[in-house]
Amino acid sequence: MSIFLDQNSRIIVQGMTGAEGMKHTRRMLAGGSNIVGGVNPRKAGETVDVDGTQLPVFGTVAEAMAATGANVSVIFVPPAFAKAAIIEAIDAEIPLAVAITEGIPVHDSAEAWAYNVAKGEKTRLIGPNCPGIISPGKSNAGITPWDIAGAGPIGLVSKSGTLTYQMMFELREIGISTAIGIGGDPIIGTTHIDALAAFQADPETKAIVLIGEIGGDSEEKAAAYIQAHVTKPVVAYVAGFTAPEGKTMGHAGAIVSGSAGTAQAKKEAFEAAGVKVGKTPSETAALMREVYASLA
Amino acid sequence: MDLFEYQARDLFEAYGVPVLQGLIADTPDEAAAAAAKIGGTVVVKAQVQVGGRGKAGGVKVVHSVDEAREAASKILGLDIKGHVVKRVMIAEGAAIDKEFYFSILLDRSNRTFLSLCSVEGGMEIEQLAVERPEALAKVPVDAMLGIDLDKALEIAKAGGFDDAMAAKVAPVFVKLWNVFKNEDTTLVEVNPLVLSKDGQILALDGKVSLDENADFRHSEREVVNIAKVDPLEEKAKALGLNYVKLDGEVGVIGNGAGLVMSTLDVVAYAGEKHGGVKPANFLDIGGGASAEVMANGLDVILNDPQVRSVFVNVFGGITACDAVANGIVGALNTLGSAASKPLVVRLDGNNVIEGRRILAEYAHPLVTVVETMDEAADKAAELANK
Repeated sequence: MSIFLDQNSRIIVQGMTGAEGMKHTRRMLAGGSNIVGGVNPRKAGETVDVDGTQLPVFGTVAEAMAATGANVSVIFVPPAFAKAAIIEAIDAEIPLAVAITEGIPVHDSAEAWAYNVAKGEKTRLIGPNCPGIISPGKSNAGITPWDIAGAGPIGLVSKSGTLTYQMMFELREIGISTAIGIGGDPIIGTTHIDALAAFQADPETKAIVLIGEIGGDSEEKAAAYIQAHVTKPVVAYVAGFTAPEGKTMGHAGAIVSGSAGTAQAKKEAFEAAGVKVGKTPSETAALMREVYASLA
Repeated sequence: MDLFEYQARDLFEAYGVPVLQGLIADTPDEAAAAAAKIGGTVVVKAQVQVGGRGKAGGVKVVHSVDEAREAASKILGLDIKGHVVKRVMIAEGAAIDKEFYFSILLDRSNRTFLSLCSVEGGMEIEQLAVERPEALAKVPVDAMLGIDLDKALEIAKAGGFDDAMAAKVAPVFVKLWNVFKNEDTTLVEVNPLVLSKDGQILALDGKVSLDENADFRHSEREVVNIAKVDPLEEKAKALGLNYVKLDGEVGVIGNGAGLVMSTLDVVAYAGEKHGGVKPANFLDIGGGASAEVMANGLDVILNDPQVRSVFVNVFGGITACDAVANGIVGALNTLGSAASKPLVVRLDGNNVIEGRRILAEYAHPLVTVVETMDEAADKAAELANK
């Protein structure tokens, strides 16, 4: 198994005909994802040949779902149109929507999330500003390179894209059940806790790596959740120990203000919950290898 | 981006939030002229983006034009916690009866907005939150519904206002929500919001933070930043690079915000063994970076006189390692004999073999390719300490 995404996932791409959308549709197909179509109201009815795969373009997410049985949408539309695209996916009640787009205004993300809540959260939203989700050997919805690591027992959840890749690479000899990049924006759909709960319930996942970074309190809440609900071993890593206060380090959410949200506070919260914390990505991977060896 | 007080004041005024007159001045003479224009008692206020300016002598109440000039001459140039005052605001004086607190901000934790409100103003909000948490109302605000008059009354009453006062402040809260929403801000704070002795509600001091992701919706907006900008940060911004100058010796370039933050940490740990050298900057060349972006990044970092070695740390996801290697080669070719700082390069992921091959073939004496992130950080720190 895996979480949220598997071999039965049928993926549509909102913004498929744009440059980014097309590039990554091609990469997802090459990695074995079952892409069943795209959405672009201006090109509805057309068919696009992507390296030999004929993909129909639909006017709306709802039409695409009705015609193809799609249950996942990956969103590549530009920031100015991303809110409308996410809301369209929510209206269509697609089970999983993955918003890759970087640079969405936070008021738009907040409204899209409020809309999802008002509609009863029938759509699981991942992102925005994230690499997406990959269940190696089964499916890949997003921009994660599909060939870093194969299938295995480690569940990985991370705020950062490249740290996700780095950690998959470090743990490639053990393998990954699902790696999910939840995104570095201040307002995101799926949280560390959502992923932890799903990994805890997934029989194939034997241990979990959690990657956080400065800003917000998602890691502190995850630590409390782990203590109360997660029996599988968890190893954590937090980036940003040396980040100065008040400076934005690339991710809109990664800013330390006041005493809360520091890497040190997050590390202490994890350790208080019995979670081992690596000082570096490689040390974190080494801790996970030890933990995994002791399970066998 | 954070606005200065006078910018927040002007924004409030544009939305009909009641404010007092306020004029900016960059010299004592301009301050005197502004005081003369406003007349009567005025307040000379340092325009700095840091708390505690009152205690630092950055705010003075004066009663004449000459006093205003003198106060401005003392405040301009004052160093308040590292922020040098370049501009003051001359604000109309107010006879204050009561002080209150109101703000709207992003609540990451609950994925929504939050309004904070208290009838007990006049102190730092952090202090109020610690000393009298029960006096500070925290009311969630639905991003779609916002703050209408009913919601504003709910917030005011939760903050401890009686019915009569709640009716007076609520319309102001609605206008502040309009600022928050229409200007795409992540923070609108009024501290203090006051009741004047003649019965008016006034926003006496405000903080506003703008969401730069929404700049495309505000192309008319011209926000002047009078804060000191680092010249390297300015250059990087012009090149479209995500760069933050830090105080250290090891230049850092990587791809992806998380990986670069992590690289800074790893360099700082490695520095502990090498004379305490630290990372000199944050520079994220982003996903899918081209050779040109890589070369631009190196150009900015090599121009930092504090930098003594450079660590290029790339995990190629979308970014291809051969493009990174070509960027390094291009930058070094352009620099020619001006290149004098050692580069430690760690490449992994997409097209890594080709990337390493390009650098091996180029065989530049200043470039060292190291296999892992930890070893590379150690090498870069060692070279910076030579």
